[in-house]
Amino acid sequence: MNNLSEKIIVVENLTKQFGHFTAVKGINFHVNKGEIFGFLGANGAGKTTAMKMLIGISNPTNGRANVAGFDVHTQSEKVKQNIGYMSQKFSMYDDLTVKENITFFGGIYGLSRKQINSKTEVLIQTLQLGDIAQKKVGDLPLGWKQKLAFSVAMLHEPKIVFLDEPTGGVDPITRRQFWEMIYAEAHKGTTIFVTTHYMDEAEYCDRVSIMVDGVIEALDTPKNLKNQFQVSTMNEVFLKLARNIE
Amino acid sequence: MSISVQNISKSYKNIPALQNITLEVNEGELFGLIGPDGAGKTTLFRLLTTLLLPNEGSATVANYDILKQVKEIRNAVGYMPGKFSLYQDLTISENLAFFATIFGTTIEENYDLIEDIYVQIEPFKNRKAGALSGGMKQKLALCCALIHKPKVLFLDEPTTGVDPVSRKEFWEMLKRLKQKGITILVSTPYMDEATLCDRIALIQEGKILKIDTPQGIVDAYQKTIYEVASNQMHLLIEDLKHFPSYYSVFAFGEFVHYIDLNNFFDSETLRNYLKAKGHQSIILQKTTPTIEDIFMDL
Repeated sequence: MNNLSEKIIVVENLTKQFGHFTAVKGINFHVNKGEIFGFLGANGAGKTTAMKMLIGISNPTNGRANVAGFDVHTQSEKVKQNIGYMSQKFSMYDDLTVKENITFFGGIYGLSRKQINSKTEVLIQTLQLGDIAQKKVGDLPLGWKQKLAFSVAMLHEPKIVFLDEPTGGVDPITRRQFWEMIYAEAHKGTTIFVTTHYMDEAEYCDRVSIMVDGVIEALDTPKNLKNQFQVSTMNEVFLKLARNIE
Repeated sequence: MSISVQNISKSYKNIPALQNITLEVNEGELFGLIGPDGAGKTTLFRLLTTLLLPNEGSATVANYDILKQVKEIRNAVGYMPGKFSLYQDLTISENLAFFATIFGTTIEENYDLIEDIYVQIEPFKNRKAGALSGGMKQKLALCCALIHKPKVLFLDEPTTGVDPVSRKEFWEMLKRLKQKGITILVSTPYMDEATLCDRIALIQEGKILKIDTPQGIVDAYQKTIYEVASNQMHLLIEDLKHFPSYYSVFAFGEFVHYIDLNNFFDSETLRNYLKAKGHQSIILQKTTPTIEDIFMDL
């Protein structure tokens, strides 16, 4: 990441209200191209609501956001074509095989049959899935599933990929392999927008924001945040901010 | 002995979920099952709460046999499954009253046990369980598991997907329950929570890899771990993996943890290697192993 980099996500006064409840209260931030951006916060702080607006599946009540050059409200279909998304809860179809899932999502993303075939081959080789390509995704261990889901979210070579708690419950070695995949994509220039509850993973991000009650309370590099709060780990930063627990 | 498991095995069709598990949990102990998704933790909980039958082996819970004394066990244990399993369209107070009635008790009778937790959700007692936040659901589920004053409490991944602040609060609640004499068997994929247990079992792919106190596990670890940092953290991992005598390299928060094949290795050689690769502001120093380091080396 260099300092002259372009802004690929720009968020201005983004707000979401549900009835009388304001889940996201006029947040402002930007993400640079090729950056690994950690979007942290306690459960219920408004992270998921904000993310849904950024990926174009929920309309803001107020304010605006531009993602990959498109307005999330007026050009949400364009936004969707230019981003990848994976979450812990839904990633792929359990009763389709590895190959079927790749073909299906390739089709959804509008790739040609030729492209799908060559992508499938590369993917199966790099993830070393040769032996299990004909197995149903539901039978794979969670860690494999998540690595595959990440690759599937990258099939159409999006400019940005949104990852919603991609490593929850995953074993420690696979969790690290997953981050090595993230690093590799970031090196190619893909922007990574990621949420996590593992505070060691917050340290792997270029910059981190911490959301509390619908507001971004802090946003900086992990190093600067630790200096600012005079603590030695991101876990302590989080505890101090998210509920003022000493 | 509050829980005693002897050579238990369980398979689903031909896939082994648990293989020859033996472990004992003392009365009043806070015992942690530490392992990732798919390790077999949930299967062990279901066997011990009489919801599944083992293929082999035997076990007792609160001195009752899991095969022969099913009813006694169900009265003596509280179980909080990993998936939220209360009635979504009953309110908080209706759910609690329902579970109290099933076990032939009342909320008032054991109120002292749940008071600490219940006061935090009481303001919402007329809200339906399905409309609660994750943290509140978790507290309600814990109250319902405790309402009949169980001798043994089974908590299956109570903190998965929970933020660090709520996780900290949850473990403080467990400590208070332990002081009231309840034996607790809790599972978690978060390795940092291991240090909050009296003893832990590290479990992976249906096998127990180690059982000891967290400190005992750390003390018994022989290898020397170095923490390494430089101005180019992403490249650092790659470069360390190309160092001839590397044994393992793992990202660990702001540092990379490095273990060398050679116990008597001179860290200056590594420092010079990294300098030659263009790394600057190099930090390279010995560090204390964590449970996560040890888990990854098993």
